[in-house]
Amino acid sequence: MKDKIKEVLENIRPEFDFADSDNFLEDGLLDSFDLITLVSSLDETFGISIEGTEMTPENFQNISKIENLVQKYVKD
Amino acid sequence: MILNFKGKKITDIVSVVPSQISKYEDEIENYSFSRVKCMKLKEIMGFDEHRIAPDSVTASDLCEFAFNHLVENKGLDRESIDAMIFVTHTPDHFIPPTSSILHGKLGLKEDCLCFDINHGCAGFIIGLQQAFMLLEQEGINKVALLNGDTLSRKINKKDRNSFPVVGDAGAVTIIENDSSANDIKIFTKNRGKDAMVLKIPAGAFRMPSNEETSKDIDVGDGNFRSLDNLNMEGASVFSFVQVEVPLMVDEILKANNLSKDEIDFYMFHQPNKFMLEKLADKIEVTREKMPNNIVEIYGNSNSVTIPVNITHNLSSELLEDKKLKLCLAGFGVGLTWASMILDMGSLNSCELIEYKE
Repeated sequence: MKDKIKEVLENIRPEFDFADSDNFLEDGLLDSFDLITLVSSLDETFGISIEGTEMTPENFQNISKIENLVQKYVKD
Repeated sequence: MILNFKGKKITDIVSVVPSQISKYEDEIENYSFSRVKCMKLKEIMGFDEHRIAPDSVTASDLCEFAFNHLVENKGLDRESIDAMIFVTHTPDHFIPPTSSILHGKLGLKEDCLCFDINHGCAGFIIGLQQAFMLLEQEGINKVALLNGDTLSRKINKKDRNSFPVVGDAGAVTIIENDSSANDIKIFTKNRGKDAMVLKIPAGAFRMPSNEETSKDIDVGDGNFRSLDNLNMEGASVFSFVQVEVPLMVDEILKANNLSKDEIDFYMFHQPNKFMLEKLADKIEVTREKMPNNIVEIYGNSNSVTIPVNITHNLSSELLEDKKLKLCLAGFGVGLTWASMILDMGSLNSCELIEYKE
């Protein structure tokens, strides 16, 4: 799952190495509209619908946090 | 708060949009983002086409056009209007009320109540609520609700968050008493402490416009706005909508003893496509039952999106001799959120037309 998430992130912002950051929004790797693109891509990639209320900066800080979020929906 | 109204019905809805179409793909060069990045948002957000009124055309012009269409083509009698409400963020002037100007232009009788309401996203439902209240009075048998906005000229063309989705439009809705109509409940809530998350800071009396307020400011996320422009804290508004609107829908359904499946269509205000899809998923209704196509065809016209949504998507069904059970919801500026469930159908007119000067 981590690899797939990394692929989704790189597709949105190919100019960044997401492995180098532990806080994508604070470090400027993602902006609020990238977050929308990311959620839409995660929904499509994993066949889920992440709730709008979960679109908080905390849930998208790094790949592990995103994985935790996606796992919640994949399990459900 | 939920208010209950007896014996009220909508008989006509006419929406009007300017004929000028602006395309997102042609606007991308105005933004400081790459074309590739902008195009990724096109499908997700519903950034495609939107209707922009010429500078010479105001919201009241659009509504006047729609009203005259009803008079000239649908048999509406000007003399029958006992009250007229104009809901807008974009009046003709500070003084007089635009409803007074419209009263004159529409040739309404002197024995007719008229007033403006400054409201946006929830403004169609707020307007209907006022119309229903007026209809409780003896002597008021027919109300014209006019919703109009030309907010495009208050949005910075270098603001990719807001400009791609804005649309100008007007609508006229006729409401009257009907003793055979089912009760209509209207849910309304306000959160004034967050009023300034969606604002035009300058231009009125708290901060009059001047040279400073008209200067474009780099707001740090790649977008530019002046203090004379619409300023929106997008994340706060998105979060508010995703939390409050599903709760509101649950409450209005419960108040009507209805299940989600008993609603034929959820005709919501449309800020952007992504927000609507997330709402449909959260509320657990199909995306077909909650149309989200208005923003990518006409743009978000604030209080006019719901009538535009209805007239674009449901006009043929609503002209038939049957009723649809609709859940309407508006949410945003204020912050205000409002919803109602009503039976709508057998309308005299339900039409979307283009404005011609």
